[in-house]
Amino acid sequence: MPDARGPVFLERRSYRRRRMADFARLLPVIGLVLLMVPLLWTEGRPDGTRTSHAIYWIFGVWAGLVVATGLLARGAEHGDDAMPPRPQAPPPGPGGEGGG
Amino acid sequence: MSSLNVLIAVCLVYVAVLFAVAFGAERMALRGRAHWLRTPLVYTLSLSIYCTAWTFYGAVGYAARSGMEYLTIYIGPSLVMVGWLWAVRKMVRIGRSQRITSVADLISSRYGKSNLLAVFVTVLAVIGTTPYIALQLQSVTLSFAAFASSDPRASLPEDSSLTALWVAAGLAFFTVLFGTRNLDANERHHGVVTAIAIEAVVKLVALLAVGIFVVWGVGGGIAETMERIDASALGRWQMANGRWAGLIFLSAAAFLCLPRMFQVLVVENDDESHLRTAAWAFPAYLMMMSLFVVPIAVTGLALLPPGSNPDLFVLTVPLSEGRNGLAMLSFLGGFSSATSMVIVASIALSTMVSNHVVMPIWLRATGGGAIISGDVRHVVMLARRVSIVGVLLLGYLYYRVSGGGTALAAIGLISFSGVVQVLPALIGGIFWRGATRLGAAAGLLAGFVLWLWCLFLPSFGPGVIIPAGVMTDGPLGMAWARPQALFGIEGLDPLVHGVFWSMLFNSGIFLVVSVFSFPSPLERLQGAQFVNIFAHSAAPQGWQGGVAQSEDLMIMAQRILGAEEAQSLFRAEAERQGLAGYLPEPSADFLQRLERELSGSVGAATAHAMVAQIIGGHSVSVEDLMAVADETAQIMEYSSQLEAKSDELTRTARQLRAANEKLTQLSVQKDAFLSQISHELRTPMTSIRAFSEILRDTDGLSVDERGRYSSIIHDEAIRLTRLLDDLLDLSVLENGQVSLNVRSANLCDVLDQALSTALQGASMVVRRNRGAEQVALATDVDRLSQVFINLIANARKYCDATHPRLTIVVRQRDDGLTIDFIDNGSGIEPGAQDVIFEKFSRIGHHKAGGAGLGLAICREIMARLGGSVAYLPGQGGAAFRVTLAQAGRMAAQ
Repeated sequence: MPDARGPVFLERRSYRRRRMADFARLLPVIGLVLLMVPLLWTEGRPDGTRTSHAIYWIFGVWAGLVVATGLLARGAEHGDDAMPPRPQAPPPGPGGEGGG
Repeated sequence: MSSLNVLIAVCLVYVAVLFAVAFGAERMALRGRAHWLRTPLVYTLSLSIYCTAWTFYGAVGYAARSGMEYLTIYIGPSLVMVGWLWAVRKMVRIGRSQRITSVADLISSRYGKSNLLAVFVTVLAVIGTTPYIALQLQSVTLSFAAFASSDPRASLPEDSSLTALWVAAGLAFFTVLFGTRNLDANERHHGVVTAIAIEAVVKLVALLAVGIFVVWGVGGGIAETMERIDASALGRWQMANGRWAGLIFLSAAAFLCLPRMFQVLVVENDDESHLRTAAWAFPAYLMMMSLFVVPIAVTGLALLPPGSNPDLFVLTVPLSEGRNGLAMLSFLGGFSSATSMVIVASIALSTMVSNHVVMPIWLRATGGGAIISGDVRHVVMLARRVSIVGVLLLGYLYYRVSGGGTALAAIGLISFSGVVQVLPALIGGIFWRGATRLGAAAGLLAGFVLWLWCLFLPSFGPGVIIPAGVMTDGPLGMAWARPQALFGIEGLDPLVHGVFWSMLFNSGIFLVVSVFSFPSPLERLQGAQFVNIFAHSAAPQGWQGGVAQSEDLMIMAQRILGAEEAQSLFRAEAERQGLAGYLPEPSADFLQRLERELSGSVGAATAHAMVAQIIGGHSVSVEDLMAVADETAQIMEYSSQLEAKSDELTRTARQLRAANEKLTQLSVQKDAFLSQISHELRTPMTSIRAFSEILRDTDGLSVDERGRYSSIIHDEAIRLTRLLDDLLDLSVLENGQVSLNVRSANLCDVLDQALSTALQGASMVVRRNRGAEQVALATDVDRLSQVFINLIANARKYCDATHPRLTIVVRQRDDGLTIDFIDNGSGIEPGAQDVIFEKFSRIGHHKAGGAGLGLAICREIMARLGGSVAYLPGQGGAAFRVTLAQAGRMAAQ
């Protein structure tokens, strides 16, 4: 029975949706890590990383982030009218229910 | 024809179109068709004010100087939007549910509606934004100059700052016109946002057009362009130490903290679901904006003579190729970038200045302001308009003073790092309930001071504000306090150095002070609200009504929201409370809602202060917090109260029905009584009249006859008098006007007296038990004896036995004393037993000659004496029981 904290186990569809939301939260971290890769490149010298390669890499990651975010947002759009409180939501504080 | 004149004409037409679009959008919104203007696309495009002229022109210059580093400025915000589920969504939800008007308002509202923090953030924002506005003015001026120099026939005014002044004035006009239409900052500026969305499209198209021209028109394709890039001076990856990561962090943080970004991201947000689109569309927009920057920079470096300003390559490359149309488009793109940024920034700043600086001062200056003085709306509106003009003027002055040189171009990142000082308080505030006002203030102060020392003051150049000696040796010879090498750590890039130390101290002090200080109840309440915004979006009650006067609140609300809106708000609330008219009860719930409505116009802190003025300074207490916690209990109590009330109403209705029935019965009885009494009076009257007529009219009556007739008349007159006496007695008794003459006596004596009176000359045997009759009484003895005489006389009159006998039985019980009078006659028929106590009820024939009032009088007397008289069936004859209450007897013992 669902109590105040919400059910412990979810049906398959909402389970999948929550994992997608987890992934969406992870996405900027992944992006950041990939965009920090340039810090490892050899700098300045004539045999260093070519700027064209840098452009391909950075814009490639960027475009990937855009596409992934777009797909996740679209996926979440279906049947996500009331996104449940975040799983790690802190204990309920003062305040009642009601429309904002 | 002069290309400069064409440029000016095109520019004016473009501005006219923007005015028309803004005007049209406002009209559409007024007609309720705002949803056309409110699509996720428009929202995303409005976010593009992040790309100012500094990025439109400056990015290419930046790339020409320092390679790929310019990308950091775009990557940071892209990552923030990609991670919208972390912070942006929360900020938007908080902003919408708490009716936040600016970033200063958010901070102030979170930390217990503290105006001190709001003022602090406002000052920081003004200092951080002013150079930025100056930068926009500079870019427009420079681009004009670039056009002028390419057109030998045109001559620009010597004083280039004249252009800047015109641009500033035009922007102020537009912003005042469309940015201060409505007071409620939460009501979207449809005109402004639509114009900005169009400008966003123009600048994107312009930059893409120049880029496509450079890559395919000049460069000959992607592969060739890439080869050219690799062969150029920017051909190899170069990055100053730490700047790549540091600047990504800086731009990401600035994206959340910049007042203008907060304005479009949170305040102007119409629908939270628009974020879903913006989450990917805005990074895509930024990516496209930065896509062609490096090719343009490389082409500019190759095509244009050395020493030309790389900041203007976007403009000068098409010009040098003779593409005036493209250059014109590019100019419009830059113009759009500059104007949209300035418009939104000045709206955001003016809201902050008027809500957090002007209004509090005005409220204090006017004393009990909200109630006494005039229309607050005008004051706020005027404050906003003056602030807009003031902010633009400040930007213009900064531009004039700084001379519009390269020092200005460097200020962009310094501005960012100043505004970013808000970040710890902001993020801490929405994610950590332990963040306190003191902590936020201390952190902000530390960050601000370090930013001034390490970044802002040195940015004017060595020796301008901070002497060169201090830069190299530290103040007063303290080497550890050198602005660009704090604690002796040298070799860091000055910007990274400043951002690192200011953020470190800012967050560190914020955390430590927060942990060791204790928040006020209101702060804790707001903290719980902000941090758990997704758990409950409705605010708990912070006010306790009752003291507040609804009318005063109404007057104040009218002055801030406008008469119509305030009245409809109050009306709706009154209706919700089930009251007629315009004045609802000032319940805590209503006060909360009202405060939030007001805060949409004047900011949380001011709204709180204004409501507090009327309520009488009452704020949240721990008791309130606890009351909020068991709101359910309150509701249950309320519903049980309702239930009790409804029960009471039912009871009252029942009582009313009973009373009505009784009244009807009484009326019937009265009618019966009147008809009976007239009948009773008529009978003796008839005989009196008849015999008196005989006496008068008949001659020759014998003395004997005359005497007989006269005695009949006399008897009948006595009977009438007795009847009237009885009636009078009864009416006195019934009206309760009788005064009792209480004295003590022995029951036996009273009975003796009554028997001797009633049985005078009668042959009735009386059985008594004198031992049981030895009871002391304290009552009206005469009245009691009247009752006894009546009962005994009745027995004597109606007892039809041949040897009439009366038995008197006295018994003492727990609840009183009973005296039974039982005769040995045939008794009273069961059907008649009910009516014998009614007036004029007589049983059998008329022989006794009574009026039938005796028992009615007895009943009334006993009621007055606190007892009763009743018929006692089943005793083998007529039996009456007189009951005397305990009190009448006990008092005498």
